[in-house]
Amino acid sequence: MAEAMQTAQALPAGSEGKRSGGWWGMIALIVTEGSLFGYLLFSYFYLASQTEQHWPPEGLPDLLIPGINTLILLSSSIFVWISERCIQSRQMRWSIASMALAVILGVCFVVIQLHEWNDKSYDMAANLYGSLYFTITGFHMLHVIVGLIILLLLLLWLGLGYFDNRRYAAVTIGGLYWHFVDVVWLFVFTSLYLTPYLY
Amino acid sequence: MTHNTPDLSLNRVPEMGSAPIGSAAEIRLAELWETAPGWRGWLSTVDHKTIGLRYLVTAFIFLLMGGVEALIMRLQLAGPEQNLLTPEQYNQLFTMHGITMIFLYSLPILSGFSNYLWPLMLGSRDMAFPRLNALSYWIFLFAGLFLYVSFPLGEAPNAGWFNYVPFAGLEYNTGPNIDVYALGMVLLGISTTVGSINFVVTLFRMRAPGMSISRVPILVWGTLTASVANIFAIPSVSLAFFLLWLDRRIGTHFFDVVNGGKPLLWQHLFWMFGHPWVYAVVLPAMGIVSDALPTFCRRPLVGYSAVALSTMATMLLGFGVWIHHMFATGLPTLALSFFGAASMVISIPSAVAVFAWIATIWLGRPVFNTPFLFFAGFVILFVIGGLSGVMTAAVPLDFQLNETYFIVAHLHYVLLGINVFPVIGGIYYWFPKFFGRMMNETLGKWSFWVMFIGFNLGFFPMHVAGLLGMPRRIYTYAPHMGWNMVNMITSVGSFVFALGILLFLVNVLVSLKRGALTTPNPWDAPTLEWATPSPPPAYNFAVIPIIASRHPLWEDRLDEGGGRSSLEQGYLLMEGRETLGTTSLDADPDIILKMPDDSLAPFFLGLFSALVFAGLLLHWQNFTILMVLACSLSLAAWMWPRKTLLQRVPDACEEGAAHG
Amino acid sequence: MNDYGPGFRRCTPINYAVFLCALTAASAALADNEAAPLNYFLHSYGPAATPTMHLGWVFVALLLAILIIVASLLAGAVFHKRPVEDFRKIGREEEGMPWIYIGTGISTCILVVLAIYSLVTLNVIAKPTHVPGLTLTVTGYDWWWKVEYENDDPARHFVTANEVHIPVGVPVLVKLKSADVIHAFWVPVLAGKTQMIPGLINQQWLEADTEGVYAGECTQYCGVQHAHMGLEVVAQNTAEFEKWRDAQRRTAPPTSAAGANAGQKIFLDQCAGCHTVRGTEAVGAHAPDLTHLNSRRMIAAGLLTNTPDHLMQWITHAQELKPGARMPSMVLTPAEASSLSAFLSTLN
Ligand code: HEA
Ligand code: HEA
Ligand code: HEC
Ligand code: CUA
Ligand SMILES: [Cu+2]
Repeated sequence: MAEAMQTAQALPAGSEGKRSGGWWGMIALIVTEGSLFGYLLFSYFYLASQTEQHWPPEGLPDLLIPGINTLILLSSSIFVWISERCIQSRQMRWSIASMALAVILGVCFVVIQLHEWNDKSYDMAANLYGSLYFTITGFHMLHVIVGLIILLLLLLWLGLGYFDNRRYAAVTIGGLYWHFVDVVWLFVFTSLYLTPYLY
Repeated sequence: MTHNTPDLSLNRVPEMGSAPIGSAAEIRLAELWETAPGWRGWLSTVDHKTIGLRYLVTAFIFLLMGGVEALIMRLQLAGPEQNLLTPEQYNQLFTMHGITMIFLYSLPILSGFSNYLWPLMLGSRDMAFPRLNALSYWIFLFAGLFLYVSFPLGEAPNAGWFNYVPFAGLEYNTGPNIDVYALGMVLLGISTTVGSINFVVTLFRMRAPGMSISRVPILVWGTLTASVANIFAIPSVSLAFFLLWLDRRIGTHFFDVVNGGKPLLWQHLFWMFGHPWVYAVVLPAMGIVSDALPTFCRRPLVGYSAVALSTMATMLLGFGVWIHHMFATGLPTLALSFFGAASMVISIPSAVAVFAWIATIWLGRPVFNTPFLFFAGFVILFVIGGLSGVMTAAVPLDFQLNETYFIVAHLHYVLLGINVFPVIGGIYYWFPKFFGRMMNETLGKWSFWVMFIGFNLGFFPMHVAGLLGMPRRIYTYAPHMGWNMVNMITSVGSFVFALGILLFLVNVLVSLKRGALTTPNPWDAPTLEWATPSPPPAYNFAVIPIIASRHPLWEDRLDEGGGRSSLEQGYLLMEGRETLGTTSLDADPDIILKMPDDSLAPFFLGLFSALVFAGLLLHWQNFTILMVLACSLSLAAWMWPRKTLLQRVPDACEEGAAHG
Repeated sequence: MNDYGPGFRRCTPINYAVFLCALTAASAALADNEAAPLNYFLHSYGPAATPTMHLGWVFVALLLAILIIVASLLAGAVFHKRPVEDFRKIGREEEGMPWIYIGTGISTCILVVLAIYSLVTLNVIAKPTHVPGLTLTVTGYDWWWKVEYENDDPARHFVTANEVHIPVGVPVLVKLKSADVIHAFWVPVLAGKTQMIPGLINQQWLEADTEGVYAGECTQYCGVQHAHMGLEVVAQNTAEFEKWRDAQRRTAPPTSAAGANAGQKIFLDQCAGCHTVRGTEAVGAHAPDLTHLNSRRMIAAGLLTNTPDHLMQWITHAQELKPGARMPSMVLTPAEASSLSAFLSTLN
């Protein structure tokens, strides 16, 4: 019997990386959150394509600061990835440092984005564009904040020595979420900042 | 072997063996998995069977509430120009009826079945995320209560279940009613989403070894398809309701015509969700039939793969036909043609299923028990409902049928025919598994015939009312419209149908007390859940079985040369709550999963999230923030890596063992 | 034989008979032969509706046939004779695929034909064969209809309510607007329905073959009085239609009788905020234009026939007759009522 062969085999126990339930759960969560952003951007394009208003109301968006901010967010993703690699190679200190850097970059993104919001001459309730702009970036901001809390928890847990190269599923899973938050920003950025240049 | 300190090694060879009832191993398993008695255990249990039954009972209570609302409506509509209800009361009733039936009954009841049955059918000891499972139930319960809070105040939602703007906007609906609906739906969406994620992961990770993807029961296919669909579709409706709430309370302009908002955006977002949803609430129910009907036909389902594929094809196509709810909105003819044609194509997979069921009966030797009656009755009701759907899919015809009672007839034939009938049949079928007692057959047959006759008597004439031009959602009508007779028949039929439900309820209550005690497999059914005692013990399977075919309990009698499943001998896995994780397609053993203990966290997280929404509803800002904090803290505590689950590395003292 | 498992029992064919009775009883409802003004399934009076009616017949016939075939197959499957066998014996798994191939194959062919037929019909009714001879705008209000007959010459443009007149044999283009929430314009025996969506101008066309009065209804749920939002389309021969149109264009004649004068004053005081009577100072825009009130067959969007009694009942008890309607029940002394009545009777 084929099964008899497998039963002799040692199996990992507990939350082991991509075999853990949590990893699969996170993938599913990302799919559903991804569709949420899909519907948000659908709403944006649907309304933009039918509007008679000036779009965006204050003219084409300035790309410099948001562009830099995009880079900041993306680089924070890289540091989360490095942090995970460091665990695998048992360099726990480097892992913590890299994660801390990722958190700092994430916070920078939030601060700069809040600044961007502040600079707008309109708010959510002012006009249709404002409603869309603030709702979409607001949704993203919410995800960034949740992601930052996750990264902070990971940092704490790393600091407490919970993980090493044998068990660190939480870092993989939490990191996945953060990568998602960053990738989604690319879509948001393209839609809100770049596409207005196309028409 | 002593079990005082569970083995926390990171890798081990799982122990094989058997654990017959009463053996030391079995007693130990029971200790590990049983829920503590008392209110604490009651609030903290994560046993999928308990949660499944809670889902079933709660959803059924909602069915009764929605049903009573409908009966009151039918009294008002029994004759022309009646004054039993004010127009406002009528509008709230039909809205709450729709909301209750669609959101609080039809999906949750199926989640109940799947929650109870999945691990048993798949040969696992629980769902992938038992605590998430508890959370999804508690949020469902609180969301249900939330949606009903404004009902006693006479301020219930009143804009219909699809809640079109601008009527649902602040300008035309100033009360708290629509806010209750909007926030309640976002809350309920969370429950459905986490529930769906749980099902998907369970399917991919929690099957017994050997149960490859082509050996799972069709109910599993149905729920899987529905869950995947929900994962994609729920965000659409949650977003729609959230944007509506923003429009109403924050002053945004998504649907605000004066400032460039578009009412049609609502319709798109709602139906992009709404159409996949109607399939989500029938595919698992069709799965119930595909799994249970063969038992009563004494043969396997004809065309297993075809039916499984048709389930997925229906859902896939189901994402591309939402416009058929919007044929009359003035969209370009080309778009209408496309979506009309797509809506017809969607009938093809349904045809596959219908002919598979008929062939199964034809080639089998049916035994006329109550469940069989419900399943055979279901086939005919499904065909009637489906055919009326094909009529509405013909665009020009829909220009006439849209928003008339013909649609009401269609939706009740499909919803009651494909959901309520299989659900009640399913309860008759699995009742012995749930409670260890048979349901009464005589009463069962009576309840079927009363329901079946009442249903057709009540809802078939609605087609006629629709063809005679009767619009939906009118609280009364003039006597000279020619609708008097059909409405009277419909009202009478509704009460006959309700009587049938009442008989069923009586049967449940009587059988709970006096039903004949039963064996593990009273129907001689083929699937794995019948290999467990009735009712199943807390740990489900004393040993995780090894599966070699689609019909583990029929293997010795099917002439196929296939392998033999091993049900007595299997994985023991008893170092704490454990079960086996397998690979996603072939179900080869992959990992020993550590399952969490009972916990109060899901209850409190559910409660706090409901309170967040209550705070939003009442504009209590600080309270809302406080509750958000409470939620985050509960979540952090929940997620905190635990040693017993080997989410973190064992302490240094255990290091030796771990390296071994 | 008692080889059945503990949970099993046998069923009698009586059950099947009961099942058939249920279907018969349900279809008996078809025999309901009262006159139904909105019955579009058996009646249609114009080229925008007739092809759809025929489509409906074909669909119903074909689908009923399918239903009967499938039901017979099911009944056959349940009741056909089988050799008695051991209960525990299990049938073979691979059998039966031809059922699915043949069943699905035939269904697919039928569906393709039905789809093509319905798309052809859609194209036929999408546009009139010749250019519309008349354009009018209907605007949905909670819960009545404003009807505007447009004309390049503003003097020839006029407004009325709840009653649409059209000439027979001429395609009419109807522009659909809404003043508040979504409504739907539906005159079933002339054409299908189209939603009236705020912020959007939808269109549909209709044409009547024969003279007559055709009932319509709002079919999109629009609030408390959605049930009472009817309209009528009066199709007339061209001469009568022109006569009607000329009459509608006129403003209200100046009042001469004393009672009517007093009534007009009351009207200007109490009603003019909402209603217009062209030719007087009443120019309210929230309610039906009453300039030619007496030319209409019904009042309050089909709720009551237009008799002097009903009119006064409506004015004083609007909220009882149509709870929630956007017109208050007016409080009038008997004297006021009779002068108002006298004034209204001049609005021909
Ligand atoms: C519960 C689930 C459910 C299911 C399964 C379906 C199934 C289908 N529905 Fe239905 N539908 C609803 C629930 C459902 N519907 C609800 C709730 C509404 C109203 C919402 C509201 O407005 O409140 C609605 C409304 C609705 C509309 C909009 C009507 C309108 O508002 O104007 C349309 C239009 O195309 C439609 C079409 C279909 C079609 C083509 C199918 C098909 O999937 C049916 C396929 C099945 C068969 C065809 C039968 C089996 C096949 C055979 C026996 C083969 C032989 C057949 C042929 C050759 C034709 N449905
Ligand atoms: C699963 C879904 C589901 C179910 C089961 C039902 C069940 C019923 N529905 Fe429902 N219905 C909908 C989904 C459903 N409905 C939806 C989505 C709408 C559209 C809403 C909208 O337009 O927004 C709708 C709309 C709708 C309307 C149209 C309202 C309108 O447009 O104005 C009507 C009218 O007759 C109606 C009637 C009924 C009746 C009589 C039942 C019966 O089957 C109810 C049977 C009764 C019970 C289940 C209760 C049993 C009671 C007891 C056991 C107590 C015993 C009491 C006595 C015997 C007196 N429904
Ligand atoms: C606050 C606004 C308002 C006032 C004041 C008002 N009406 Fe109305 N009236 C309406 C509205 C709105 C309707 C349409 C009601 C409906 O059908 O739902 C209406 C309908 C009518 C109709 C029926 C018209 C038709 O063609 O169906 C008549 C007649 C009428 N009003 C007369 C009067 C008279 C006379 C007065 C004063 C004594 C008056 N109204 C005062 C708003 C008003
Ligand atoms: Cu207007 Cu319904
Ligand atoms: Cu649909």
